[in-house]
Order: sequence, then structure tokens, then C-alpha cells
Amino acid sequence: MKIRRVGTAGLLIECPDAQRVEDWRAELWKRRAAGELRVVEIVPGARTVLLDGAAPGTAEALPGWEPAPGGIQAEGPLVEIHTVFDGEDLESVADLWRVTVDTAVRRLVETPLTVAFSGFAPGFAYLRGLADEWAVPRLAAPRPRVPAGSVALAGGYAGIYPTASPGGWRLVGRTDQNLFDVRREHPALLTPGTRVRLVAV
Amino acid sequence: MITVLRAGPLTTVQDQGRPGWAHLGVPRSGALDAPALRLANRFVGNPDDAAGLETTMLGCALRFERPALVAVTGAVADIDVDSRPVERLRGCQLFEVPAGGVVDVKRATRGVRSYIAVAGGIAVEPVLGSRSTDTLSGLGPARLADGDTLPVGVPTAAPMLVGEPARPGGELVLGIHLGPRDDWFDTKGLFGSPYRISPLSNRVGSRLAGTALTRTRAGELPSEGVVLGAVQVPADGQPIIFLADHPTTGGYPVVGVIDDVAPLAQAQTGTTVRFRELD
Repeated sequence: MKIRRVGTAGLLIECPDAQRVEDWRAELWKRRAAGELRVVEIVPGARTVLLDGAAPGTAEALPGWEPAPGGIQAEGPLVEIHTVFDGEDLESVADLWRVTVDTAVRRLVETPLTVAFSGFAPGFAYLRGLADEWAVPRLAAPRPRVPAGSVALAGGYAGIYPTASPGGWRLVGRTDQNLFDVRREHPALLTPGTRVRLVAV
Repeated sequence: MITVLRAGPLTTVQDQGRPGWAHLGVPRSGALDAPALRLANRFVGNPDDAAGLETTMLGCALRFERPALVAVTGAVADIDVDSRPVERLRGCQLFEVPAGGVVDVKRATRGVRSYIAVAGGIAVEPVLGSRSTDTLSGLGPARLADGDTLPVGVPTAAPMLVGEPARPGGELVLGIHLGPRDDWFDTKGLFGSPYRISPLSNRVGSRLAGTALTRTRAGELPSEGVVLGAVQVPADGQPIIFLADHPTTGGYPVVGVIDDVAPLAQAQTGTTVRFRELD
């Protein structure tokens, strides 16, 4: 386990893989809820967990909180995303995978996904679970406007655009579910650790 | 109620931001020069987390329906109330506006951003606990436009006489803690010839122009969380210092973190910037 300093009140925990990030994120949320950890932000990344605004002494406490490897596999809530698979880039994704469009869609609905981390925009979740060899490059030129609800792929991740924005991910489908609503008690539908299934409609 | 007569190029409602949502991709936002807004709030008796207005370079003009106590801090700028100039004392212009009075905050002669606090605070509807306009994500109220109206809250406490803030302007020396990704760079470049503030700077970040930092390792960094004041170095080697509307995660390595971003909020385009390493 390696901890890097980030300014005066930030700590970055480096993890060997995404599962370890999830273990740490779950452990730290639990410690914070129990009042053992005082921190402003706990931000998971692809291979790191950032603590921002951590109370003095946190760096010293962290080694004692290291989650047991392969220990608690925290089961997050399950969210089904009802998806129409008619994305503009669905055929190009199938071509990159060297399969038919039907097979590509079957892969997407059969793969259990998990929210690894969020970023890019409020409520935008990076979903992991797709096989490494299915990673697809971003578009060479990003679209100036991707509609809200677009289900898309880039790198090894799937993601759903919560709001219309420019974007370079490959569009495979769309959903009309509301990914982010500030009027809800829990504004984001997909939070780190949430399990996700794409369901074809 | 306040009516916006001249919104200026970028005037927004700001408070101390919406921390605590970064894990959902929600930027912190808030006043770029947070100490200046806090000071203006104290001058008019508002709590520190009250919302005020942040102007950019050219100020703004406002008409007040009811009498109000107003404080303006931050950039050095002339202010007229009903066409009569207001004196600046202790780093602040503090004045009463009569019913129907017009406040005109003029172009900044030093610094960039003025902070306008009104006793009672700007009472727009909060979003995720904050009234700040986030220019990156679009959360919070829209930037002000000519003709907009703004509600004002009820004053809660007596005004306080408070100390003078740092004076904006001049060459900046920024204290930097190296890391978390200083091992990706030859960091000597950071402390050599000075940088200048690029005109592409905004509420998301101060972009610097100068010596391109050279990478000592190849490859891409997997996206990771970033903090206020992070000095991110994209592919072209020109550093970007993250300010209040910064994204919550980034895919470029962060060479270091500066200890105070408030002076950058007041640094005009072309300002000279140097770094000083902190322990």
C-alpha cells in the first residue's frame, strides 16, 4: 500500500486494481459513517482513492484500516438501466469487436457492471466490468453535443451521459432514466459501488 | 430585490461552494477569491457562507429596490452610487444604498474580481446546499444577464469592522507542495524562468504559459481525484492550476499543489508567476 501526499490536507491511496479501489472506498465510507474518519471528500479514481480535507493524523491511521485482500466484497445496490440499443457508433463497436451487432448488444446486456468512480460531469459514472480486450478507443474527433441519456463506451468503461454535453465516447444506445436530479435526496442514480445491468427495451 | 442593469462579461452568484459531492462528479465551485467574499460578508454582518456577487474585470451595475448596506472587496475598482463615487477604506468600499439607488462597479484597475455583499445575502434558491454558479457543470443559478432580478435575504446581524485583506496585483510567488505525481516530471523546469497567466484562464483554472515541463516517464495516468490548487500538466507541458470550478477527476498528472489559490483569482492576464517549493 502506498500513500501519496496531495498538498497539506490531501492523501492519495494507490491501489493495484479497481477491486482494491472499491474495497478501500467502502472501508473509508464505513469509517466516516462511524465517526472514525474526518474528511471533506472521499473520491475514488481508476486506481486510487483520494481523501481531500482530511483531519490531522489520518495518514497515520490509514495503514491500520487496510481492508483484508479479497475480504468483504461489499455488494452495492443494483440498478437496471433500460436501454434502447440504437447508438450511432454501435456498428463501429461491433466491428472493433469483430462480432455482429446482435452479439455486441448481447455482451452489453449480459455483462454485470459496477460503478468504479464518477467524474466528467455530475452523475457521470465510469462503469467497469467489460473484458479488457473489449476496450475501444475514443472517437478521433469528439461530438460537439451528445444527448442526455446516451449509453456509451470508451477505453474499458461504459458510461451514461447525465446531461447533454460534448463527448468523445462511442454511442451504443440511450435511456430515458434520469441519471442526476438535484431535487432528489440522493441526486445521482449511479454512485461508486452501485451494480448496474443494461436491459434492452 | 436587485435588478441587474449591466451584467458585465461574467458576473455570478457565489458563496463558499458545495464541497462534499466530489465522489458524484460535482465540482466544489464557490468564490474564486474566497477570503475576499468572506470579508465583504463580515463588513455587512452576513454569515461567512452568505452568497454575494463575483464580477470579472469590468464590474456590473445594479439597482436596489429597497435601501441596503453593501460592501465590495477584492479587485480595486471605482464605484459610483447614484453617480457619486464611493471611497475605498481598509480594502473595502462600504456604503448604504437608498431605495431605487444604482450601484455601478467599474473596471478593475488592480486585480480581476470584485465581491459584492449585500446585508441579508443574495437569496436565490440553493442547489446541493450552495447558491454558487458552477461554470463547468452548469449547477446553480445562471450567470447574470441584463434585466435579471435577484432576491435579497433578511439581515441577521450587525455589521463588523474587520481587517484589511491582501492587496491584489503584482508578481505572484506561489508556494507549492510537490506531488502526488512529481515523479512523472523533471520538476526543475517549474522553478526556473517564470510563467505568465494565459488569457485562456477562467473559473476552472489558471493556465500558465512558459517553460514546458518535460516528462520523465511515458504513458497515460488512469483518472484520479484532484484537489483545489492542483497543478495539472497536460500533454503540451504548460501547467494549469485548478480553481473552484475544477473537474473532480483528471487524467493528466498533478505535479504539485499550491497552498493558496486566492491570489490567482485576482491575477490579470500576463501576470508573472513563480513557484516556491514548500516542505
